[in-house]
Order: sequence, then C-alpha cells, then structure tokens
Amino acid sequence: MDLTFIIHATIICMIPLMIVALAGAFSEHSGIINLGLEGEMIFGAFIGCIFCRAMINGNAFGAETANSQWLFIIAMIISAIAGAIFSLLLSFASINMKANQTISGTAINMLAPALVSTFGLMFFNSERIVSRASFQLSYSSYGNEAFANAVKNNSFLGFFFNEVYISTYIVIALFIFLAIWLYKSKIGTHMRSCGEYPQASASVGINVSKMRYLGATLSGALAGLGGFIYIATQTGTEAESSVGGLGFLALAIMIFGNWNPLWIALGSLLFGFLKCLSVIYTTIPILASLPLPMYFYNMLPYVIVLIVLILTRKKSGCPKAEGIPYEVGER
Amino acid sequence: MNKTTIIEPMKRLTSSSGFKSFTASLVSIFIGLLIGFLIMLFSSFSISGAEPFMGLAYLFAGPFTAYDIPNDFGNMIFYTVPLIFTSLSVAVAYKTGLFNIGAPGQFLMGTMMALLIALNINSTGNAVQGVFVWILAIICAAVAGLVWGLIPGCLKAFFGINEVIVSIMSNWIAANLFTWVFSSDAMSHLVNTGAGKSGYLITTTVTGNSTPDWGLGSLTNNSYLDIGIFIAIIIAVLCWLLLNKTTIGYSMKACGANKFSAKYAGINDKFNIMLAMAIAGALAGLGGAFYYLHAGIEIQFKSVYQILPDYGFSGIAGAFLANCNPIACIFSALFIRYINASGTNLVSVGYNRYFADIIIAVIIYLAGFTTFFQNVIWRLFKKKKIKKAVETPPIEKGGPDKMPEDIDVKKEENK
Repeated sequence: MDLTFIIHATIICMIPLMIVALAGAFSEHSGIINLGLEGEMIFGAFIGCIFCRAMINGNAFGAETANSQWLFIIAMIISAIAGAIFSLLLSFASINMKANQTISGTAINMLAPALVSTFGLMFFNSERIVSRASFQLSYSSYGNEAFANAVKNNSFLGFFFNEVYISTYIVIALFIFLAIWLYKSKIGTHMRSCGEYPQASASVGINVSKMRYLGATLSGALAGLGGFIYIATQTGTEAESSVGGLGFLALAIMIFGNWNPLWIALGSLLFGFLKCLSVIYTTIPILASLPLPMYFYNMLPYVIVLIVLILTRKKSGCPKAEGIPYEVGER
Repeated sequence: MNKTTIIEPMKRLTSSSGFKSFTASLVSIFIGLLIGFLIMLFSSFSISGAEPFMGLAYLFAGPFTAYDIPNDFGNMIFYTVPLIFTSLSVAVAYKTGLFNIGAPGQFLMGTMMALLIALNINSTGNAVQGVFVWILAIICAAVAGLVWGLIPGCLKAFFGINEVIVSIMSNWIAANLFTWVFSSDAMSHLVNTGAGKSGYLITTTVTGNSTPDWGLGSLTNNSYLDIGIFIAIIIAVLCWLLLNKTTIGYSMKACGANKFSAKYAGINDKFNIMLAMAIAGALAGLGGAFYYLHAGIEIQFKSVYQILPDYGFSGIAGAFLANCNPIACIFSALFIRYINASGTNLVSVGYNRYFADIIIAVIIYLAGFTTFFQNVIWRLFKKKKIKKAVETPPIEKGGPDKMPEDIDVKKEENK
C-alpha cells in the first residue's frame, strides 16, 4: 500500500472538481446561476483536444514526443479562452436579455455535446476525438539526467515531481490567487456586491452588467480549463460529448462548500479522496476482504457528502440576488 | 357586421398574456430554425454533397420524410411519453420554487422497480394477469420515484439543505444502486444471455407484462406506439388541475412565489416542499416505467452507473420550453421529439443526426428570451398607443427614473 499513490490519485480526482466548483462560485457571487458548467467544460475540453491534435500532427512546440509541457500549458490557455467565449452565450442571455438563467444554462448543456458530436463527425469521422497527447511528468521525461535520477531515488522529490501533472500546481496557485482576489481586491468585492444587492452596488457607481459579465466570463474560462484538465489527466486526452457529469458534481461541491473557496477546496478534497477510494479499494486489504461490490464504493462519496451536509448544516452563504435579472431602477 | 365586434375580441386576444407568450415561443422557434439553417449552410462548405435547403425542409417535416412514415411517427410519440413525464416532474417542482435536477435518479428508481416486478412475474399466455402485473409495476414505479424524490424534499424541509445538491447526489446513488441490484446473484435470471448481448436485461416480451398497445403498434407499421401517450396526457391534465384548481395546488404555488409570506399566511411550507418533491419524483418514476415496460425496449444495466439517463435532463428543457405549464409540457415534449425525429433523416442529405440536437438547443436557448420577444411584439401591436403615451406622460405612477413607455406597459398588464 503506497500512500504517495493514494495522494496522487486523490489529487487527480480533486483538481478538476475544485477549479470548476470555483468557477461556479465566481459566477454565482456576481449574481448569475451558471448551470452551464458541464457544457462549458465539454466545449473547453473539445477545443483543447483539437488544439493538441493539430499541434502534435504539425510537430509544434516540440510536440513530436507527444509529451511537451509547453503544449500542455498553451492548450490549457486555449481551452480557458474557449470556455470563456462559450460562456458569453449565458452572459448575453441572462444580462442583456434578462432570460431565465436555468433555461440558458440547460441550453448550453445541450448545445455543447451536440456541437462536439457534430464537428467530431464532420471533421474527424468520430464522435470521440483522440489527440495522442499525454502530459504526465515522470522521472523518464526530464531531460536533465541528474535531476531525473534525484526524482527517481529521492522519495520527497519523487512525491512532487514523479507521476504528477503540471496542471495540479497551476490550478492550486490559480485557486489561491483567485480566492484571495475575490475577497480582498476592489473589483472582487464589487463583483460580490452585485450578487448580493445589485441596486445598492449601482447606487455607488458600480456597473452591474459589467461585473456580471466579468464573473460569468471568468467562470466560463475556469470551467473550460477544468474540462481540459479532466480529459488530460483522466481520460488520456480524448474529448467526447460528456465529462461524466462532473459539471453538475462541481455545482454540488460549490453548494457543499457554502459558496466559500476555502470550504470548496476542503469539500473537493474530501470528495476526491472518497472517489479515488472507489477505484483503489481492492488494494487496501481490510476493504478488499469485505463482501461489498464496487458499486457500494462508488456510492460512498455521494452518501457521505449527504451525511456531512446533514451534520454540518449552517447558515447558507448563497448570494441573495443570484438568478434574478438586474432591472435598472427596481427597488 | 359592426366593425367593433371583430376588433374588440381581437384586441383582447392580442393583449392576453397567453397569446403573447405563445407568439414569443413561435418567434423563438422560427429564429432557432433560421440559425439552424445558417449553421447547415456554412457547414455545407465542408461536407461534400450537403444540401442546406433540403436539410431545412427535412427539419420542418420531422418524422414525415422517413422511408416508413407511420413507423417513425409512432416511435416519435412513444419517445415523447417519458419526456412528458420528466418535464412534468421538473415543472411541478419549479412551481413550488424547487429545482428538481434529480429527475434522472427518480427515473432510474422507477425503471428499477417496474422491471423488478414485471420481469420477475411470468404471465406468458395469461393476458389478464399480464395487465394486472403491468398496473402493479406502474404503481410501484411511481412509489419508488416518490420515495427517491422525498429524499431531497425531506432534507430541504427539515434540514434546510439545498435541494439541488441532494438531487445531484441522489442521482448517482440511484445509478449505482441500479447496476448493483441487477448484477447481484439473486437477479441473475433477469440477465439476457442471448448471443451478442452483454450486460442487457431481458425485456417484458419474455414475461408478457408489457404495456398494452391496443393495436396501435401494428397500426403504425410495428412502431413502439402504445397507450402510454394517453396516460401521459391524462396525468398532465391532472397536474394542471392540481396546480390551478385545488387548494393544495394554490398553497404549493404560494410557497414557490414567496416562502415567507406563504408561511405567514398559515401555509405549511415544509409539507408543501415534501409534497411537491414527492409528486415530482413519482412523475419521473412513471416516465422510466412507461419507457422500459414497453415490449422490446431493453436496458444495458451494466453501464447505467457510468452515465445518467438523458431523459432526466431533457425534462428540464421540456419544462422550461413550456414555461412550467403542465398542459404546455405535452406540446413542448412533442416538439422536441418532432425535431429529434428529423435527425436520422438528415443523414440522407449529408448532415449527421446531431444537427437536430444543435437546433433544439438553440431553440431552448432562445426560449429564454420570451420577455424580450414579448416586449418587441407588444411594441408592434401597440405602436399608436406608445406615441400617445409619450405625448402626455401619466404622472400618477412611477418614479422619475421610469420611462413613459414602461409605465404604460405596466398599466396594460394590470388590466
């Protein structure tokens, strides 16, 4: 039983969930319910995957080895941009058209898989797009031989640099930065005020529409990034018309975390651990000896989250004005 | 004939809110089809042999361009039935202020219960018993869905936990439970061991407990059409009556409009939340039962735990396209399936079947713009009145930040 392996598996389950849950929180704090997280993830993953495929076929970014970290970073940026652009559909509907945000989100969730399947069939003759890219860092992938040996033999260095993804560190840094930015910066505070009481924000000169556009677009970017990280770390960089319900799960984790980044991070850690337990339980002697099927361990994360919710019910941190279109002059 | 006798009812009709939302829906459908046509036009440059105009015609024709029209039409109606049920499920919950995203889980629990009963009791050769077992299966499916819907309902009512998170969690619990139950040793006799089948259950054809079809199937060239559609319509009407003509429905809607004032008026909000989720769950469970109890519809239980059924989430679209009106849910579900039915026919003019899905998504996206479209339509009808209002702005209502037009709109709506 290898503790390092369990931690790495937990992190792989946790990272996409964490960043997409933060995406949901950003949007809701600005006053827009982003039900389209799933669709934005699918779209971001799809664009990122196409980009990787094109780059590998064109031998760009030293990608001929199909394991270029530069390609990974640029693909992450591209998928974030794709998610942001896709989320403009939601922002336009809910800010300019004052549409019901639930229906716009649902439409986005239906549109993204349809687009992916359509273009997949049109250009790649398959609903599933394969990119041949794999971005895992292991000791064999480092050019510097001394460093590679150190990573191989030193368990401390190995923990951080062997069989990990660079996305993990990027997401953790981004998460901390954005969480602090949302609560401490001027724009972040303005944005949150638009989710609580937009009329009051407007009265002190804050442009509510702009703030909501910012929140929803950032949310889309993070969701697109999360979608691409999900396919890059969990499905072998193959995009299809589904991300396994991860978008809705992230929405649930966001509510579980009471719309607060710190609790979101802890919630996704708990969920990621339980989720990875359902994959690796056969390697743990005590659990493997129990006469329980795989489905029991699959169910476990969801049941435990519900139990934790019942035990820790507290005042809801839900932004008060979320889901309500902003009308100028309404009191 | 007096001129005013025609104009007055026309005026009343055009200013009613039902007419406005209906025309707004028509506008969104029209623009959706137009955008769909543009997408087909642009993608025809990269598909050899694609014909955008034929594609548009096929979209309009729905199931009526197939090689076997009666069969396609019957199947379209059959696939509409579970969608009506899940749409009703979402709509009833939404009228009570709850967002039932748990329809997939309730759908699966209903399916599970219905199949457990209908596949375990063998009534081959005994038509009367078959009907009774079928009724029992349907009732048990509704109860199973009801219980599954009560989970978020109770947690919301007693612990104040957001129903969305509980619904999402209970969806995946249901999906895993489904595969667990049917892959257990006790249920191994229900697994289809035929050649080329892996992880499928036997169907109700084997046990003779399938949904009666009163000859509708053979009438439509052996399509899946059965009596489910009639029951779906009856239940939709019952839902409408419940919401609009009964005290219970009124208190449910009052809870949805404002929980606090409903509580203040003496309405038991906890009871209404639980009741709404129970009804929503039962409806979604019925959807699952009516789909999988049909003879010949098989389910691959081995993969259920990996992906949630599509019907649950389409129900959200169906409900909101209908503006959460139970009667309108019938038509919105029919409309979605009508466009869906054209998907397979689009292949013959060079487009793959997902083009239909894109167009449905665009129409549902535009359905959110009803407020905008209603204002545009209103302006077209009332151009003269606006001009009048601008000349002499009424001063008795509204603050300085309100435009004269807005005041006029509000007054018209209040009438």
